[in-house]
Amino acid sequence: MSVLVFVENISGNFKKSAYEVVSYAKTIAKSVNKELVAISIGDVSEENLLNLGKYGANKILTVNADNLKSFVNQAYASIIAQAAKQEDAKIIVLSNSFSGKGLAPRIAAKLEAGLADGVVELPKIDGESFEVKKTAFSGKAFAITALRSDIKVLALNANSFEIREDAVEAAIVNFEGSPSQEDFGAVVKDIVRATDKISLPEAEIVVSGGRGLKGPENWGIIEDLAKALGAATACSKPVSDAGWRPHAEHVGQTGIAVSPNLYIAIGISGAIQHLAGVSSSKVIVVINKDPEAPFFKVADYGIIGDAFDIVPKLTAAINAHKDS
Amino acid sequence: MKVLVCISNVPDTTSKITFSNGDTEFNTTGIQFIVNPYDEIALSKAIELSEGGKGTITVINVGEASTEPTIRKALATGADKAVRVNAHPRDAWFVANQIANYAKHEDFDLILLGRESIDYNGTQVAGLVGELLNIPSVSIAKKISIEDNKATIEREIEGGKEIISVPLPIAIGTAEGVAEPRIPNMRGIMSARTKPLEVIDAIEVPQLAKVIKYETPAPRGAVTLIDAAEAEKLVDLLHTKARVI
Repeated sequence: MSVLVFVENISGNFKKSAYEVVSYAKTIAKSVNKELVAISIGDVSEENLLNLGKYGANKILTVNADNLKSFVNQAYASIIAQAAKQEDAKIIVLSNSFSGKGLAPRIAAKLEAGLADGVVELPKIDGESFEVKKTAFSGKAFAITALRSDIKVLALNANSFEIREDAVEAAIVNFEGSPSQEDFGAVVKDIVRATDKISLPEAEIVVSGGRGLKGPENWGIIEDLAKALGAATACSKPVSDAGWRPHAEHVGQTGIAVSPNLYIAIGISGAIQHLAGVSSSKVIVVINKDPEAPFFKVADYGIIGDAFDIVPKLTAAINAHKDS
Repeated sequence: MKVLVCISNVPDTTSKITFSNGDTEFNTTGIQFIVNPYDEIALSKAIELSEGGKGTITVINVGEASTEPTIRKALATGADKAVRVNAHPRDAWFVANQIANYAKHEDFDLILLGRESIDYNGTQVAGLVGELLNIPSVSIAKKISIEDNKATIEREIEGGKEIISVPLPIAIGTAEGVAEPRIPNMRGIMSARTKPLEVIDAIEVPQLAKVIKYETPAPRGAVTLIDAAEAEKLVDLLHTKARVI
């Protein structure tokens, strides 16, 4: 028996969330005295693969073929399920990323495994009992979920588990799997990534703007502050609905739920739907000229005043802090 | 084109979420239920694709009789007929199996559902249905176009987007950007009363996961207010006290 972790790469490199899932899976593997097997699909260098050993992967299955360089949901799910069977994996861990959300249910269905997604903590394992905490009600609550199947699949939320070094001697093993022709029905036509942008779901710091910014032409102050902080930019629903910013930046109950270390809300009043999407943030800073804005009730730090005056000063103070 | 739209009956987005029975059940007292907002997007896309006699739309809901007002709203918005699987939607695996069991006899070209429900936030059903029916699935679609029996889908990825081409049939989880949610008009509301709503029995499905308890996030302490003229003080607090920069 083993614990299997799928490690997602982006253009051959592992991002922070990849090391988070390896650390998370390793902690589980140690608690049940089992080996941690990692599986990587796509074109990843040996150096990058071996680096997974630093976080506790005992064995690294690598799968690389021309038709697997891009994410193909069905084929990836088939390969991971086959690897799980080969390695007798009873617990399978992956990131609850955009691709992970597509993969996890297909893997679970293939293996008739109970699936908990949006997981935020280590499971409590006691004999046959297996319970894990996941987000529910769009961040307004958590659901403690018991998985009762022989095999369990866990999809871990970004920024929910700290990366832990736990170096072991890792062995790289080629794994082919045998996805069927049907698994390649989807064809990737194009991938567009903004290389200078920080991915919102994974971001450690998020700077978010609302209607208080009065128009898209004023977003420069948000971008400048985000750049100074190395942060992702986000917005409230009315802003994306108005077309000021793309839907991909909408944070909230019907947008993206984020859990950064620091969430800075500028000109956002704090409707219940928006708060649901940011409630997992460790620290919330609110800048709003309305002292009665509901957001102040859930903020850790607040500044009451005009964003157009405060935000540039804050950006300057951040830059000065970095230089000092 | 035959389109199946799967809808969930969820608490209104402004609902205060509380739990009863020792925090083991969602407290529905005083809660207004609505069509899951992401499913509204799926339904609107289905209407757009079927307009002008180009297709038929069936909505399916796994739920008890109390969900029928939500199903009627979907019919009022523009679906042609509805199916209710008469059971409590206890988890995603159960719901997906009911949908797949109905769909396998019906030859749908397209199965649309919201990327997730706003109560359990699973993002599971599109993938589970896809796997159960052995058809492709895309879990978070931002744009969909259909041509020559193929779907061209814009999928969200970390830091960008991916365009994929997939042959029909397919199960797609819809997100913002796919379509603007529609509001039922008076004619739709009137006609919804006479559109067929079939009730079918659920099939048996093993329970693989069960929510045993709910928790609410710990309340935050009182806000520390900083003078608007002292931005550097905030930076200092974020660095030395909160340790987030």
